[in-house]
Amino acid sequence: MTNLFLLQLLNGMQFGILLFLIAAGLTLVFGIMDFVNLAHGVIYMIGAYLAVTFAQMTGSYGLGLLLTLPATLLIGLLLELLVFRKLYDRPHLDQVLATFGLVMVLTEAVEIIWGAAPLSVRMPDLLSGSVPLVGPMRYPVFRLVVIGAGLVTAAGLWLVITRTRIGMRLRAGATNRAMVSALGVDIRKLFTIIFAFGAMLAGFAGAMVAPILTVDPGMGESVLILAFVVIVIGGIGSVKGAFAGALLVGLVDTLGRSFGPIILRAVMEPSAAAQAGRVLAPMLVYILMAAILAARPAGLFGART
Amino acid sequence: MRLIPNRAWAATILFTAFAVLPFLAVALDDSYLVVIASRILCYAIAALALDLILGYGGMVSFGHAAYLGIGAYAVAILSRAGITDLGLHMLAAIAAAAVFALVTGAISLRTRGIYFIMITLAFAQMAYFFFVSLSAYGGDDGVTLNARSTLFGQTILEDDTALYYTVLVLLIGLYLLAVAITRSRFGRVLTGARENPVRMQAIGFSPFRYQLTAFIISGCMTAIAGVMLANQTSYVSPAFMNWHRSGELVVMVVFGGIGNLLGAVAGATIALLLEEWLAVLTEHWPLLFGLILVLVVLYSRDGLSGLFRGRR
Repeated sequence: MTNLFLLQLLNGMQFGILLFLIAAGLTLVFGIMDFVNLAHGVIYMIGAYLAVTFAQMTGSYGLGLLLTLPATLLIGLLLELLVFRKLYDRPHLDQVLATFGLVMVLTEAVEIIWGAAPLSVRMPDLLSGSVPLVGPMRYPVFRLVVIGAGLVTAAGLWLVITRTRIGMRLRAGATNRAMVSALGVDIRKLFTIIFAFGAMLAGFAGAMVAPILTVDPGMGESVLILAFVVIVIGGIGSVKGAFAGALLVGLVDTLGRSFGPIILRAVMEPSAAAQAGRVLAPMLVYILMAAILAARPAGLFGART
Repeated sequence: MRLIPNRAWAATILFTAFAVLPFLAVALDDSYLVVIASRILCYAIAALALDLILGYGGMVSFGHAAYLGIGAYAVAILSRAGITDLGLHMLAAIAAAAVFALVTGAISLRTRGIYFIMITLAFAQMAYFFFVSLSAYGGDDGVTLNARSTLFGQTILEDDTALYYTVLVLLIGLYLLAVAITRSRFGRVLTGARENPVRMQAIGFSPFRYQLTAFIISGCMTAIAGVMLANQTSYVSPAFMNWHRSGELVVMVVFGGIGNLLGAVAGATIALLLEEWLAVLTEHWPLLFGLILVLVVLYSRDGLSGLFRGRR
């Protein structure tokens, strides 16, 4: 039981880290530009596809991952220049609709280029083993690497935001956009940088999970909505909130799915518990979100409503 | 500055056109026409319901497909239990939608703007996953309905044309109801709360209560659309509440021009016809549909009707 718990704890953390990489870009874009981007999940999906393709071309997953980063950065840059830039001062409804249109366009484009059938990529031999946990349990090295890479990225992000000039501008922009602009900071350029950077983080997340998940055109959607939940829980614009929210959502979702039925079995008969657990587990995150919102409408770390 | 000076006239023309359409279908010997038109009418009801809160209340719900699904599953679940009456299906759908709208609306309305959009989306997704994991009703695959709902014990809805006219009557009735709501004191308070909630509060209204009531009414109307849609397709699955569906409903409202009710009906018609037409052209129709959507949003302020009017 404790072994299973440890295993699921690690799985939950890995899922949470993945959500953080996606939510970080989203929350920055939300917080600083007040912009809703439904197409963010698609970029994560494209990241995974590019990683597969680049890995096949170069014969190495590591090289594929490295090539994916500038590629998704470029895609983010292009989208910002062509579409998003025109939407910043529009109502949220327009932003939602235009990016929804982009979701349709990009998803379909991916299906045209790569086909609708799921793809997979072989993980590097070096990382394909597993390490022993307590007792007979073992844990795949690759998943540990994902957790580690995510934590390093989070730490790097924290350093950039709190210790660098661009991070300072970023925080200032989130607090008062007009004032920053009046002080002579080119806010447009800042927006473009943030956007492209957020896209790269999403692409990185997609490339990281390509070896452990199947790569298909639908993979971005469920993650996108969970990333929304993460941001709402953490508070819009707060990277710290996104980190806490992502881990919370990842853990609650993973542990709820495996332990929900076990806990329910204590109070009802096994078959009913299994059924109820299966139905309730996927809803847990949303119930968590509702509870947190009821207590704190601006989210855990949010300043604004 | 309306495209058509009198909405009542426009509504009469549009609904009359829908009323004579089955005769045209007979003349053309094209029974598929009635099937498509039934689908359009079902979505028109849902778009109308969404426009009521989006256009008049300023609430951008990105999760209205959940109510379509609730209505559809009310039909599936009651039919399985041996209850086939359309009236009872409607009542169950409305009751379930009201409860869901009350709970999720009360939480969502504590927030504004982007938060509201994301939270309605998240709750719809919760409903989606609930039905995906409901293995008694087919889970992800959904269930096929053995028969359509009965009307006063009669199986007349099995006839596509009879179903079509039932949906049309419902649409006209709900349209008139929606017009009455927006013209009533309630509707004016709702619009006032959209324009300036602080001022409404200052003169003694509680915007929250009015907005929540409108949200519930809209959810119930959408559930009615779901009941009819389930009957039309004779098939119910979680795909009814996919977030793409919610997005499409918002697209319909925006295509028709928000905040004018009849526009939502026109928007549903335009969007679904466009979909049908593009699907004939290519199997990759979402690419073209998405592209058109992006262009419409970028270059027109008031939906397609705004395109004809030119930029202001």
